[in-house]
Amino acid sequence: MTLLHVSGLSVRFRTEDNPVQALSDVSFALEEREILAIVGESGCGKSVTAMSILGLLPSTAAISGRIALEGRDLLTLPRKELRSIRGKELSMIFQEPMTSLNPVFTVGRQVGEVLRHHEGLSRRAARDRAIELLDLVGIPAPQRRVDEYPHQLSGGMRQRVMIAMAVSCDPKVLIADEPTTALDVTIQAGILDLMRDLRDKLGTAILLITHDLGVVADVAERVIVMYAGRKVEEATAEELFEHPQHPYTMGLLAAVPRLREQPNGERDRLAEIPGMVPSLSAPPSHCPFAPRCSRADELTLSELPELRDVRPGHAVACFHPGDERTYS
Amino acid sequence: MSAPIEVVGWRTRRRVRLRQRFLRRPPAVAGLAFAITAILIALLAPLVAPYSPDAQNFGAALAQPGGPHLLGTDELGRDVLSRVIWGARASIQAGVVATLLAMAVAVPLGLIAGYFRGGWDPVIMRFTDLLLSFPFLVLAVGLAAILGPSLTNATLALGIAAVPAFVRVTRGEVLGLREEDYVVAAVADGATDRVVITRHILPNTVSPLLVQATVTIPTAIIGESLLSFLGLGVQPPTPSWGVMLSSAQSFITQAPWLALFPGIAIFLTTLSFNLLGDGLRDVLDPKALT
Repeated sequence: MTLLHVSGLSVRFRTEDNPVQALSDVSFALEEREILAIVGESGCGKSVTAMSILGLLPSTAAISGRIALEGRDLLTLPRKELRSIRGKELSMIFQEPMTSLNPVFTVGRQVGEVLRHHEGLSRRAARDRAIELLDLVGIPAPQRRVDEYPHQLSGGMRQRVMIAMAVSCDPKVLIADEPTTALDVTIQAGILDLMRDLRDKLGTAILLITHDLGVVADVAERVIVMYAGRKVEEATAEELFEHPQHPYTMGLLAAVPRLREQPNGERDRLAEIPGMVPSLSAPPSHCPFAPRCSRADELTLSELPELRDVRPGHAVACFHPGDERTYS
Repeated sequence: MSAPIEVVGWRTRRRVRLRQRFLRRPPAVAGLAFAITAILIALLAPLVAPYSPDAQNFGAALAQPGGPHLLGTDELGRDVLSRVIWGARASIQAGVVATLLAMAVAVPLGLIAGYFRGGWDPVIMRFTDLLLSFPFLVLAVGLAAILGPSLTNATLALGIAAVPAFVRVTRGEVLGLREEDYVVAAVADGATDRVVITRHILPNTVSPLLVQATVTIPTAIIGESLLSFLGLGVQPPTPSWGVMLSSAQSFITQAPWLALFPGIAIFLTTLSFNLLGDGLRDVLDPKALT
C-alpha cells in the first residue's frame, strides 16, 4: 500500500535576483515498509524534496503539487495538524549529527521531549522509554548514556540518538537526509544496518536521501535518480545497478571509485561526468543533461524528455536510453 | 550499576571545570571578589558605616583623611567613608536594577524580532536603531530629564537606555540559533514555537546575555553617577557617588578627597564588573567548552 504519495511537486525559491526552480514536477510513491533512495549530485533537489514533505521549507519557497500521507495532503494541512504529524507519523534524521542535538540538554531529555510532546508521557516514563530507545538503536550502557550531553558522544553515537528520537513515536515514514555522509566509513555500515533493522522491527518505511551509490546498493530497494530538480530515472536497486538506462545514471555508476589496474600496471583514473550542473535559475527547455551528454543531438537540445517506462517498473526520462551495449 | 553516581559526578565535574577555568583568571576573580564586596557593603551599609551618612559635625568640617574620619569629612562635617558606603546603595541598585529592567524588556523583543521575523522584526529593529543613534548617556540624561529627578526615574531612564543593546544581542543570537540544526530537527519532530523558544533557543542565549549584563551594569553605575551629578538622579542629602562628586566641585582645591574617594569607588566598582564580564565571556565561550 502506498504510504506517501508525491505528485507533480515543484518548488521555486524567490531570491534577490532570479527565482530558482529547485524542483520540477517530481512524482514518486513510497510503499509501506519500503526503503526508497533518492540519489543525485549536490543541488539536484534531494534535500528540498525531503524538506517540502515535512513542510520545513522557508517562506521564500513557492510549492505546488501534492504530497499525500495516507491520503492527507500535507501541503494544505493547517500548521497545527502538520505539527502533530511531524515527529509522530513522519520523522526525519539529518546529515550533521554533530550539530543536530541541543548542546545544553542531556540526550535523554531530548529523546524524552519528543515523547512527552506527542505521547503525553510523564518525565519519568519518558526517561524510561528514552533508555529503551537508546538500547534499541544500539547504544551501549543506555542507563548511563541517557544522562550524558551530546558533546560526550561520538558522531556515530549522536546519529544513533537522532535515530532514536526519530523513531520514538513509531513513525510510519522516516526521512533520512544523508544520514551517513558525516560519519566515518566504519560507522556508516552500522547506521545503515540499524536503519534496515528498524524497518524490519518497526515496519517504518524509509526515504533515504544520499549521493552515495554505495549506500544505495547497501540498503535501498528502489531508487530514484534526480538531476537538476527532475526525476530522470526510477527502478528497483537491482535493476538500476544491472541495467542503468539514463546516461547520467551510468555516469554516476562509473564515478564510483574502484581499485582497478590498467594492463600497464597504472591505476585507473576515476571516471567523471564532464561539464557542470545547469543553473537552476535559468532552467533549460531541453533535456537538462544534454550539455554533458555524449548522446546529445538535435532532439535532446530542443525538447524535454518525458518520463516513460522502458521495462516494467523502470522509468527513464531520456530520448536515447539504454546501457552501453544496447545503445550504439 | 554505578551509573547514576557517575552522572552526578559528571555534572559536578563540569561545574568544577568551569570554576577552575574561572579561577585561572586572576583579574576575573578579583573583579568578582570586589563586586561581591561592593554589593555586600551596599546591603549592609547601616552595619558597616562608622557614622550616619547625614550626621553633621561642624566642628570637624572639611577634616583631612585620617584620624577619626578615615576618609575625611565634607563641608558639613559628614563622614566621607560613611557616605561612600551608603552611596554604594544608589549606584549598585541603579546598575543592577536598570540592567534587569532592560533585559526584561529587551529579551522578549529580541526573541520576537529574531525568531518570528516577519513584520515585527523591522519595526523593532528600526526603533532600536533609532535609540542606538543616541549615545547611551545622552539618551539616559534625556529620558531622566523627561521623567523628573529621582533615583527611581534615573534607574528607569538607564534601563530604557540599555534596552537597544540588549535587543541587538538577543536578536543576533536568536537569528543564529534558529538556523541551528537542532532547532530545525526539533521543528521536524513536531516541536511548537513555545517549546523551540523555551527549550532550544533561550537556554543557549544565557551566556551572551550574562556577558552583556556585566558590561551594562558598570555603564549604568557610571550613568547613575552622571545623572546624580547633574541633579537628575539621587537628590541631596541622600548620598550617592554622583551627588558627592557634584557637591565636591566647589571644594576641589581645598578638599580634593571629597571628589577623590567617590571617584575611586566608581572606578573600582566599574572596573570590577568589567573584569568579571571579560572573565565570564572567556569561561562561558561554548567553543572552548569541552
